[in-house]
Amino acid sequence: MSTHLPLVNQLEKETTTLNLGPTHPATHGIFQNILELDGEKIISAEQTVGYIHRAFEKLAERRAFYQITTLTDRLNYCSSPINNMGWHMTAEKLLGITIPKRAQYIRVIVMELARIADHLVLNSILAVDCGAMTGFLYVMQEREKIYDIYEEICGARLTTNMGRIGGMERDLSDNAIKKIHQFLRDFPKVYAEFEKLVSRNRIFMDRTVGVGGISAERALSYGFTGVNLRAAGVDYDVRTMEPYSSYEDFEFDIPVGQHGDVYDRYCVAGQEIWESVKIIKQAINNLPTDSFHADAPQYYLPPKIEVYKNMEALIYHFKIVMGEVDMPVGEVYHAVEGGNGELGFYLVSDGGRTPYRLHFRRPCFIYYQAFPEIIQGSNLSDAIVTMSSMNVIAGELDA
Amino acid sequence: MAKISNSFLLERLQAKFGEKILSSEEPYGMLTITADQSINIEILDFLFKEADLQYQFLTDICGIHYLDQALPLGVIYHVHSLVNNHRVRFKFFLPDHNPHIKTATTVYAGANWMERETFDFYGIIFDGHPDLRRILNVDEMVAFPLRKEFPLEDPNRIDKQDKFFGR
Repeated sequence: MSTHLPLVNQLEKETTTLNLGPTHPATHGIFQNILELDGEKIISAEQTVGYIHRAFEKLAERRAFYQITTLTDRLNYCSSPINNMGWHMTAEKLLGITIPKRAQYIRVIVMELARIADHLVLNSILAVDCGAMTGFLYVMQEREKIYDIYEEICGARLTTNMGRIGGMERDLSDNAIKKIHQFLRDFPKVYAEFEKLVSRNRIFMDRTVGVGGISAERALSYGFTGVNLRAAGVDYDVRTMEPYSSYEDFEFDIPVGQHGDVYDRYCVAGQEIWESVKIIKQAINNLPTDSFHADAPQYYLPPKIEVYKNMEALIYHFKIVMGEVDMPVGEVYHAVEGGNGELGFYLVSDGGRTPYRLHFRRPCFIYYQAFPEIIQGSNLSDAIVTMSSMNVIAGELDA
Repeated sequence: MAKISNSFLLERLQAKFGEKILSSEEPYGMLTITADQSINIEILDFLFKEADLQYQFLTDICGIHYLDQALPLGVIYHVHSLVNNHRVRFKFFLPDHNPHIKTATTVYAGANWMERETFDFYGIIFDGHPDLRRILNVDEMVAFPLRKEFPLEDPNRIDKQDKFFGR
């Protein structure tokens, strides 16, 4: 990971070496970029990643399946529930568990709330980096309300550890449903106000239109996914290409941009927020009435009250917690549409209590490598805006 | 829905590469092909360029280590044809010491960091890679930490008895 500033006498060079990061207030995370500048123009950039590498893939090889959920929380921590659900679905695919419709719909609601939270941070921080603080403060209140809903569902706010292998840990409470309806009533007004402030703002448009663009061919070659790929004009979305968790039941559009620049990314992410609102509305209004978890006692952690009263529940609880459950041998790849792209889990099981190998396909690790190519020749201030718009999250980048 | 079936793709590859395709299986529906490591780029390039296949999206590259195999180290590619919405997985196995395989950066720009990550964790050397350095771990590290012989915790610890957990 290490890159050090070259010890060249700065006076003998015609260019300037600028060390942007690792802890720089404008980069929102621990990223280092060593930029070679000619005046304000960027000639080249060298990236260093790995400052918060925590060896999740190695750790996962010693953890029982249910313990890995907490690792996934800490990948893209702006949308933890999507990571949690993606991991549960991977494990369920391996174990061959079918999830009842109600649990799938609850997952969709939670995942779309997480997508809104993620894109709110993305778009409002982008505005902050262009100098517009006000809109950020408006929408952060709404993100707090999303966190309140998480809290109502699972008890945690940021690193949620939500759901279980086999469904959700509990049903949506009346209060949670009330809060979701309240959110669906209030949020569109607030986000419309934010868009009114920012979307057609002259300064914002001057800072973002035509900045940090990438062509569709280069984006595909670099393995872009998510908002960044769609902004470049490719309509690849895992939710529609390989629907999981009943996404095929919902009516929604995949917004696509044209130029792949910062403004297009902003617009696509903004439009996705509206689509997410649409999906949540459909899901909460058509919530099926079957169970919130699958009938898979050997894999699904029983409710604690049952563990104390019921011998079978106690046995299964013990076996799951101690990792004594027989796991099938096999390998699965499962992808979900995360906050910033295709979040994939490649799981190899040899029948042991822990995965033999677990690899996370982390979208921003893969597309962040295009950053030097994108910012080459642009101004330093544009590089900051480009980075902000790419939704690179340090926790996911470094896993 | 996928327009290409697993069996169709397998036949195409067997017709083209013959004996070099060593084995194939379909765990959980995804075609998984193990092939000779010398043709890794030929396969990816063929899939990329054929007009009716167009596997132009490299989803992922990762490594794997099986201690008890004759060729213990593996490189696993997931490629995706967005046109046909079909995924396929390739495995190439390499010897333990001095493992070399050709780089995929000539086909996909995005392979760069994925290969650096695989090198970082498994020590697999990608020939022709433009900048093969460690990426997530520190440069001074000597071990390749995701190899199975590399213990997660200090094996000399006597204060902690955790034979019930992990491997």
